[in-house]
Amino acid sequence: MTYDEILTKYEPVIGLETHVELGTRTKMFCGCKTDFGAEPNTQVCPVCLALPGALPVANRAGIEATIRIGLALNCDIAEWCRMARKNYFYPDMPKNFQTSQYDEPLCTDGYVDVTVNGTEYRIGIERVHLEEDTGKTLHVGGATGRIHGATESLVDYNRAGIPLVEIVTKPVPGLGALAPEIAKAYVAELRDIVRSLGVSDVRMEQGSMRCDVNTSLNLPGEEWGTRTETKNVNSLRSVERAVRSEIIRQAAILDDGGKIFQETRHFQETTGDTRPGRSKETATDYRYFPEPDLVPIAPDPAWVASLRESLPEKPSVKRARLREDWGISEVDMQSVTNAGAVELIEETIAAGASPAGARKWWMGELARRANELDVDLAEVGATPAQVAALQKLVDAGKLNDKLARQVLEGVVAGEGDPADVMAARGLEVVNDTGALTKAVDDAIAANPEIAAKIRDGKVAAAGALVGAVMKTTRGQADAKAVRELLLERLGVS
Amino acid sequence: MSDLTRLSAASLSKMISSRELSAVEVTTAHLDRIAAVEDRVHAFLHVDAEGALDAARRVDAGEITGPLAGVPIAVKDVVTTKGVPTTAASKILEGWKPPYDATIVERLKQAGMPILGKTNMDEFAMGSSTEYSAYGATNNPWDLGRIPGGSGGGSAAAIAAYEAPLAIGTDTGGSIRQPGAVTGTVGAKPTYGGTSRYGLIAFSSSLDTPGPCGRTVEDTALLHAVMAGHDPRDSTSINQPVPDVVAAARLGKNGDLSGVKLGVVKEFAGDGSEPGVLNSFKESLEALVKLGAEIVEVSCPHFEYALPAYYLIAPSEASSNLARFDGVRYGLRTGDDGSRSLEEVMSLTREAGFGPEVKRRIILGTYALSSGYYDAYYGQAQKVRTLITRDFQSAFEQVDVLVSPTTPFVAFPFGSRTSDPYQMYLADLFTIPTNLYGGPAISVPCGLSEGLPVGFQIMAPTMADDRMYRVAAALESAVGSFTPPEL
Repeated sequence: MTYDEILTKYEPVIGLETHVELGTRTKMFCGCKTDFGAEPNTQVCPVCLALPGALPVANRAGIEATIRIGLALNCDIAEWCRMARKNYFYPDMPKNFQTSQYDEPLCTDGYVDVTVNGTEYRIGIERVHLEEDTGKTLHVGGATGRIHGATESLVDYNRAGIPLVEIVTKPVPGLGALAPEIAKAYVAELRDIVRSLGVSDVRMEQGSMRCDVNTSLNLPGEEWGTRTETKNVNSLRSVERAVRSEIIRQAAILDDGGKIFQETRHFQETTGDTRPGRSKETATDYRYFPEPDLVPIAPDPAWVASLRESLPEKPSVKRARLREDWGISEVDMQSVTNAGAVELIEETIAAGASPAGARKWWMGELARRANELDVDLAEVGATPAQVAALQKLVDAGKLNDKLARQVLEGVVAGEGDPADVMAARGLEVVNDTGALTKAVDDAIAANPEIAAKIRDGKVAAAGALVGAVMKTTRGQADAKAVRELLLERLGVS
Repeated sequence: MSDLTRLSAASLSKMISSRELSAVEVTTAHLDRIAAVEDRVHAFLHVDAEGALDAARRVDAGEITGPLAGVPIAVKDVVTTKGVPTTAASKILEGWKPPYDATIVERLKQAGMPILGKTNMDEFAMGSSTEYSAYGATNNPWDLGRIPGGSGGGSAAAIAAYEAPLAIGTDTGGSIRQPGAVTGTVGAKPTYGGTSRYGLIAFSSSLDTPGPCGRTVEDTALLHAVMAGHDPRDSTSINQPVPDVVAAARLGKNGDLSGVKLGVVKEFAGDGSEPGVLNSFKESLEALVKLGAEIVEVSCPHFEYALPAYYLIAPSEASSNLARFDGVRYGLRTGDDGSRSLEEVMSLTREAGFGPEVKRRIILGTYALSSGYYDAYYGQAQKVRTLITRDFQSAFEQVDVLVSPTTPFVAFPFGSRTSDPYQMYLADLFTIPTNLYGGPAISVPCGLSEGLPVGFQIMAPTMADDRMYRVAAALESAVGSFTPPEL
């Protein structure tokens, strides 16, 4: 069966659980720093190492960020709730329980609207809750870096205790063949919303945003099928691929008269399919109970109201506004959004570039470069100010398009601001009239026959002489200026 | 010089601040006493003579002054002391030296109190006799063949044996008060949240309360004032001024209780106790009436469910609190010979490192929190806890404090209650309700039964710790203190 055939027979139901690592300056329950990439076990203390006797104290900034996410997702904010302990043994979890939330989440019952192919879909949000991250285990000595065959396991607790927010959707039925695309659009929208709040850098490839995808299939009119949970879905593209491959896999089993087992599966980035992980039937009983070391969270309604009022413009509203300002189509706006370029272009315009110019660089040369380097556009090596400066040099006629690309290459390579790169590499458009006149005169002298034709009125022949001038100036002349000067020298302008 | 060890902390403090005595002299006298009697008492798991003398020298140099500066103290081994071994009397923490001080230890140090060492206890504070210490029991100075109470038997025995004038205890279900009762010393459990738990190795987070132990009510109050107060590192710590317990103890000493209403808990004043215990309790009530107190009988109908509720809540929290002892980061690690998986090493470590009572409670708590049983056990126990709190609240609408015997029986012989856990648990029958409620309570010696001390318990409303000190000091002035036979 093809994918489309499957979707004429089965109806998918999807659900997404997304973890967002908050960008708080300190950890959730202690004062340790949260800097990414620090030396292992340098950002630890008795609390996040779970030394005997140490106690947690909740970080207000973590609670505030969770509430703001909840508000931005149209959730109700609990007037009173508690943290809970989720008990299971794992070496990178210092206390052997995770401080999380169970039946009293901070935010409940919200929604996110996403637009796919011009149609709006509402994704229900079941809950948004606060918890803490674990440490990281590194298995040393084995051939594969995995636990099997390893001779030693090393644990880095720097990440242990960093606040995480888990955002769980309600089950979403009725999406049909568009389920994979809508899942992706939801995660993209969620990412944009969280990013707009400034509470996380939401970088999927660095793990500050992680996604689990639940998928099931059922025949029309029947009960929902057994769902699988796919983990390790680490990019927007993977969200779409994971849902699609799980629909295809489950349909094949169901068509063979087989049964779907409730299980955790892992998405394979290389093959695009899912492989079985831990079976849910043997899953741990987490023995949740309210965390007695922390007092209940009872956010002051006035505080919540002020947080609600200070929410930034919704990304969808903002996109509509910018689309208008920039005069671009919905499709173009969508690619700008998907590329993570909205803020970059906005800032570039604010720094003085035209909307078209700003968009051209970010969506063209820089997007290509980011793709090559496999980094976020924001990490490509050029700042909005630099791109604006580059565009200004073009507008001023100091750079032509080709030269500007070379300057940008230098900027991305860290050679400095566009003006510095231009000077250092000697890439400025030749505007020195003396030098240019000489080059033009040389070209006329070297090509008397062509020059004669032009003098006779065959202006179209000028292209050959312009090309010759561009060649001798190694592309640094402005072709238009060369043409004008040439015609002038030949007395036909 | 050993006479120094018989002095109260209040007297020692005065003599040190007036330079009649040096802090080094006082600390040395207690270290000598420890050296002389420890082979019979075994109150300490670790003696830190150097650390104590260093602290004493700083007081003598005038670097630190204050109400208890230079007065030595013993600290229960469940409280972290930087660089000094802290084991909670468990094999699983043998040799562990904490890199940080508990908040209450910081406060002792800031007050210039030399810390003599770490006292014995039931492993992880689970027990009523110190028989569950992984390092051997402590013997009761009143009769070396009998238990000193638990879990804080080491702290109580150290004071009773004049090895220290003061000690720190922790009380989860009676671990300060019951040892106080059976050793003829004073032990106070402050209001939950009144003393910081930061650095107290958790047994049951919602119940654990550090508190003071002394030989007199005033001494106990002086220590209470040093250790209590808000701690931003413990989010369950109460951010309010500490009640003036020292003034209350001094007020009580004058022996006037006119206008004070004492509520006798009907459910705890009858058959549950040994006749000798009940007798001392009744004589004490008469003494209090003579001081002007009014006695009112009060019913607390849900107190009878306190023990079963406690034995669901405390083990549930313990099963989670003790999960961190897995051999990964500190303490004992067993079976890590390269052939075993991490899970196996964790399991072998816990099997080898925990004693029988700790394992019993971990298993009990794990079961009580399991899905499908949670509502029937942990959930139900929490409801009982609420009802007990209401019993206290309605009782305190009628009376100022509640009174009962501290524990139903005097110090019992070693081995007499270890075969049946329930018989051991009964030792805390009268002390547990207070922990479930969160209020303060104190045990003060009130008489002897067949030559062994009996304790009188006074329970007060939350953050009214001063009330119980007043009544305790009055009772003390009426019945006197009780001195154990020479060792």
